Amino acid sequence: MSSTTTVAPGRSEWDGGVSPMGVSYGKLMMWFFLLSDAFTFSALLVTYGLVRSSHKAYEGAVDAFQFSQAYWPIPEKVFEAVPFLHGISAPLVFVGIMTFILIMSSVTMVLAVEAGHRMDRKAVEKWMLWTILGGLAFLGCQAWEWAHFIHGAEAGDAVAEGTTFFGANLAHNQYGPPDFAAFFFFITGFHGFHVFSGVCLNFLIYYNTVMGTYDQRGHYEMVEKVGLYWHFVDLVWVFVFTFFYLV
Amino acid sequence: MTHGEDEAHITVLPPDKEKIKKLWTVAGILGIVTAIEFLIAFTMHAGPLKTAIFIGLTIVKAGYIVGEFMHLRYEVKVLFWSILIPMIFVVWMLVAFVYEGITIADGRL
Repeated sequence: MSSTTTVAPGRSEWDGGVSPMGVSYGKLMMWFFLLSDAFTFSALLVTYGLVRSSHKAYEGAVDAFQFSQAYWPIPEKVFEAVPFLHGISAPLVFVGIMTFILIMSSVTMVLAVEAGHRMDRKAVEKWMLWTILGGLAFLGCQAWEWAHFIHGAEAGDAVAEGTTFFGANLAHNQYGPPDFAAFFFFITGFHGFHVFSGVCLNFLIYYNTVMGTYDQRGHYEMVEKVGLYWHFVDLVWVFVFTFFYLV
Repeated sequence: MTHGEDEAHITVLPPDKEKIKKLWTVAGILGIVTAIEFLIAFTMHAGPLKTAIFIGLTIVKAGYIVGEFMHLRYEVKVLFWSILIPMIFVVWMLVAFVYEGITIADGRL
C-alpha cells in the first residue's frame, strides 16, 4: 500500500504525503482508540489485582470451601450455575459457553471482513448477521449471569453476626468481601457495555451493507474498522475470563 | 439514481479458500487452548504455577486474536510496535500493583 510509495530524495516518509503506518487514517485512529480503551480495561484489571491480592486467600481444601467475609472467594465456587439446570453444580460451564459464543462471533466477523475484501455483498450480509446474533446471545447470557449473581444461591450467608444476606449488591454480597461484587459489576458491566455498543455498530454496518453504501463507495473498509473493535471486545473477554473466573 | 449502473461495475471475487481455512484453524486453536484452560482449572491445585500457566495461555490466545484476527502481525512494523510497547508498560503496572497488594496482605504496609 502507501508504505511502498517512493519518497522524494532528501525527504523522510514522515514529512507528509505518504502514510508511514501503511493504513488509512480511519483504521489508524481505530487502533489508537483501542489502545486507549485497553488502558481503561487494564486500569480496572490492575485495580482488581491489587485489591484481590491485598485480601486473604482461601487456604483450605476446595471441597470444603464456604462463602465467608474473611477471605476472597474461589471463583469456580461462585459461578457454578447453568440455566435450566437448577441445583446442579457445574462450575464455570456457563462462562465457558459465553467464551465460546464470543470467540465464534469473532470468527464470523473476520469472515465478513474477508468477504468485504472480495466485494461480496451477500456474504458480508450473511456473516454480519451471524456476528450480531453471537453478540446478542452473549448479552443474553450475561443478563442471566447478572440476575443469578444478584439474586443469589439457595442459602444466603452471614455478612455480620446474626444476619443472613442473599445475592449481591454494591454494598454487600453473600460470596465474600464487598469489593468482590463491586469488581464483578464494574468489570463485566464495562465489558458488557462494550459488547452492546459493538452490536449496535455491527447492526449499522449490516444496514449500510444491505443499502449498498459500501458497493457505491467502492470498498468495505468500514467492516474492517468495526471488525477491529469487535475483536478487541473478544480480546478483553479473554483477559476477564482468565483474571476474574480462572485465577 | 445510478444505483443499478454502479452495481454492474462491481466484480465479486471468489472466496479465498486458503485464507478462510487459516481463519478456521486459528479459531480451532483458540477453542483448544480454552479447553486446556478448563482442564487445568479442575485438575491442578491453586498456586503460582497454575496462575502462571493461565497467564501464559491467555497471552497465547491474545496473540492469535490480535495477530491474526486483527491482522496486526501483517501491518507495518512502526504500527506493530506503537501498539505493543505501551502494553508492555501496562504489564509492568500489573506486576507492581499485585506485589503492592501482597505486601498489604502481609501487613508490611
